[in-house]
Amino acid sequence: MNNDVFRKSKDGAFYFVLGVIGLVVLAGLGAAYYMEHHGHVVTGMTNQIVWGLPHVFAIFLIVAASGVLNVASIGSVFGKPMYKARGPLAGLLAIAMLAGGLMVLMLDLGRADRLIIAMTYLNLKSVFALNVFLYTVFFTVVALYLWTMMDRKMHAYSKYVGFAAFIWRLALTTGTGAIFGFLVARQAYGTALLAPMFIIMSFSFGLAVFMIVQAVMYRWNDRVLDEAIQHRMKNLLAVFVAAVLYFTVVYHMTNLYFAKQTDFERFILLDGGVYTNLFWFGQILLGTLAPLAILFHPDLSKRSSWIVMAAMLVILGGFAQLYVLLIGGQAFPLSIFPGMVESSSFFDGRIHTYSPSLPEFLLGIGGVAAAALITAIAVKVLPFMPEDKVHKVIAAD
Amino acid sequence: MSNDVDNSRRKFIAAGVAGTAGLVLAPGVTLLDMANARPAGEAASSTKRWGMLIDSTKCATGCNDCVTACGKENGVASTGRPETDPQWIRKIELKEVKSGKSHSLPMMCQHCAEPPCVDVCPTGASFKRADGIVLVDRHICIGCRYCMMACPYKARSFVHEEHDDQNPDVPRGKGCVESCTLCVHRIDKDLEPACVEACSAGNHGAMLFGDLNDANSEISKRIATYATTQVRADLALNTGVRYQGI
Repeated sequence: MNNDVFRKSKDGAFYFVLGVIGLVVLAGLGAAYYMEHHGHVVTGMTNQIVWGLPHVFAIFLIVAASGVLNVASIGSVFGKPMYKARGPLAGLLAIAMLAGGLMVLMLDLGRADRLIIAMTYLNLKSVFALNVFLYTVFFTVVALYLWTMMDRKMHAYSKYVGFAAFIWRLALTTGTGAIFGFLVARQAYGTALLAPMFIIMSFSFGLAVFMIVQAVMYRWNDRVLDEAIQHRMKNLLAVFVAAVLYFTVVYHMTNLYFAKQTDFERFILLDGGVYTNLFWFGQILLGTLAPLAILFHPDLSKRSSWIVMAAMLVILGGFAQLYVLLIGGQAFPLSIFPGMVESSSFFDGRIHTYSPSLPEFLLGIGGVAAAALITAIAVKVLPFMPEDKVHKVIAAD
Repeated sequence: MSNDVDNSRRKFIAAGVAGTAGLVLAPGVTLLDMANARPAGEAASSTKRWGMLIDSTKCATGCNDCVTACGKENGVASTGRPETDPQWIRKIELKEVKSGKSHSLPMMCQHCAEPPCVDVCPTGASFKRADGIVLVDRHICIGCRYCMMACPYKARSFVHEEHDDQNPDVPRGKGCVESCTLCVHRIDKDLEPACVEACSAGNHGAMLFGDLNDANSEISKRIATYATTQVRADLALNTGVRYQGI
């Protein structure tokens, strides 16, 4: 069956990869300790840019975690056998990425030692507190979902638990979007549009991650993914990428229409330096138009390596999008006195600067590595490799 | 000789008695002194709503008295790293785009009746006292900075590094968020916030502190008489700090 996922002949290579990933996790933990010991003064974050690179990584992982479960939902909830075979891997990735994202978020706290307080003192009016609840239940529901998918005796419940997971996933990403959507003061945020936008972003980023992990697993086992499956998944990814583009256009067009928001839009779209470049070249060109071109290209869209390339570009674009939204949104100063030019020793009225530091990057990438570590160990010990009934396996030996 | 010894013994005994009496009586005297203040065991009451009125026409560009007094009172000092240094109160210079008219005023926590920082705080560390003062409970603040994202006034600071110059009345700590407390430790002793005191001491008279719930208080009378402004009134946060002249 599935025992050949990481075949014995490749055991050495597997442990080497595991070791490398483990080292990255350790580097992330080391960075967190360093930040904790010296305080956030050693990071690029300031009283102006209060959330930095770790948050970009954390939110990417949390959003993608919810989105990757889409693959399982299409199988269980909408009854597509091809996706059903991929359900367990999707569930695993969802748990792994959420764990990685939360690790980053928690370790970035000013008082990470107060984790117990974060979990026991809940202000129910806070979207953050609501998210703590959403994450905890998500872990539980997805774990149950995995059980129903992977244990034959439990198969009968799979559809119901899958449906619960589907609904919960939508709630979870609504919650993530609402973290920003409920911020009344800042011009980049404070719109309910962010909730559905985060959901569609999760579909896109999550599927992109899934396709890359799937490709790695097939390659490792010298298997070839069925063309029809590849074709369907790449089309789905293209639809999601286009949908994210649609929401991006609506977001900016709405802002452009409101006179009070035009300065902010001018900053992001024209004069914002790194943010403008990341928006146009990172999110739009590399993260949206390039993958769409690949995914709809008559030849390239048939080659698995190009499809993986497109998925990687989608992820790159996702990071760029979150960077622009999070950091760019904070870099633009608060308008405390609309209609007046403000200045102070506290950088009022000025574009805030931010240069991410190495510890922040290491913490962020450490979270990605933690997700990879959980995934690698799990696929080694349990049958997560997608088994298609109609697949054409081309085994090397 | 023996008289000398007696004298010195008498003095010693007298000093001892006086000292003991002082130790016994002083707390009572202090209590009498503070009779007007709220006793330590009693909770803050919602019959009061502390607020401040700032007259920007009396606030001079370049005058930093309130900021200096706040720093001294609360132990908030600059480390020479302005981007990460906490600021509880700051002077903002304003210029109207069209007319070029300029204003200078202090900006700090506006002690909103509907504080966004309290709404978003996941643990409830950010809270509003019954008398309207918005505070951070340093024991349950986890340092997530969501309140800083939510505050429309950039009133909050994150403590980015260790501090060893704390005022015993004002505990501060690395990894927590902090902001103007309206000098709650002084208010509870029936004193005015340090910034207001300094502004009066300098004969500027730009800052007035008082109870917004008391119709007879000076601040309420002024607000009832003159046109005053709440900053970002469009957000309907019902701020405790009001401005005059902008």
